[in-house]
Amino acid sequence: MRKVLLFLPLAVFIVLAVVLWRGLSLDPRELPSALLDKPFPAFTLGALHDGKVLLTEKSLPKQPMLINVWATWCPACRQEHPYLMRLAREADTPLIGLNYKDDRDAALAWLKQLGNPYQFTIFDGEGMLGLDLGVYGAPETYLVDAEGVIRHRHVGVVTPEVWAELKQKINQLN
Amino acid sequence: MKILLSCWLVLLSLAAEAAIESYPFSDQQTRERFQSITQELRCPKCQNQNIADSNAEIAQDLRKKVFQMLERGRSDQEIYAYMTERYGDFVLYQPPVEQRTWALWFAPVAILLLGLLTVVWISRVRSRAASSDQSLAEAEQQRLNRLLEQDQDR
Repeated sequence: MRKVLLFLPLAVFIVLAVVLWRGLSLDPRELPSALLDKPFPAFTLGALHDGKVLLTEKSLPKQPMLINVWATWCPACRQEHPYLMRLAREADTPLIGLNYKDDRDAALAWLKQLGNPYQFTIFDGEGMLGLDLGVYGAPETYLVDAEGVIRHRHVGVVTPEVWAELKQKINQLN
Repeated sequence: MKILLSCWLVLLSLAAEAAIESYPFSDQQTRERFQSITQELRCPKCQNQNIADSNAEIAQDLRKKVFQMLERGRSDQEIYAYMTERYGDFVLYQPPVEQRTWALWFAPVAILLLGLLTVVWISRVRSRAASSDQSLAEAEQQRLNRLLEQDQDR
């Protein structure tokens, strides 16, 4: 019994070391979406290309889609844009844009200059849909299924690795 | 002492300046509620600040939202619920007590108790050892006396 007790501090140390070591590789910025497996929030917002065209959650395609939150003030969005263009050409998952807290003219100029990967873009100048979604920075990308339920949230740039993960999740949906 | 005091005052004024916009509160009570709520909500972008403290875009938006909800007569609970629905328990500096957070809430108390128990246990073992040392010493003393007596007898 005594001898076992002698090893107690070592055991405590090992447990702590393992837990803290694991903690080192966790990314505290990766927040799970609070809306996971919940329906996409209801909204009524104008389209980016024509403010008179009103879009609602019913305007979303009836198949799994990616909803990409972007803005012209966001440098990482510019970085991710070429890859989104490629996805729009090569993948058959529709891309929907959510222009978040942006200037309409600047956003339109951006799409004209860099190309438009989106089927359509929702214009959320006030950021109210962004708030309902729990957006805390751009870019963010949501995977929404055919029933309009949020299945995954990715914060940050969409890269080939991220797309591979998203693709896998889309395949599981079908 | 004077230097310390002035340093402290400068620090205080920094904290007061951190949030710049001013809201037209309808009364003092609402202002106080606004202050306490924004101090209890954590900024999702700049994670070690509350939204009262942070100038990140999202923190400004959340402050605005809190102000609007307060002016519409929402209760504190409703505002916290609104925020957790969107940003998860993460935004609360005081997470709710539920099975998932038991470790968070009760582990410090448990560890403190464990520590106290260990201290009590160790001190008991020590005092027992000390008292048994004394009785051993008595036995030895008797033996010593006997030996000395034997020595004198010779």
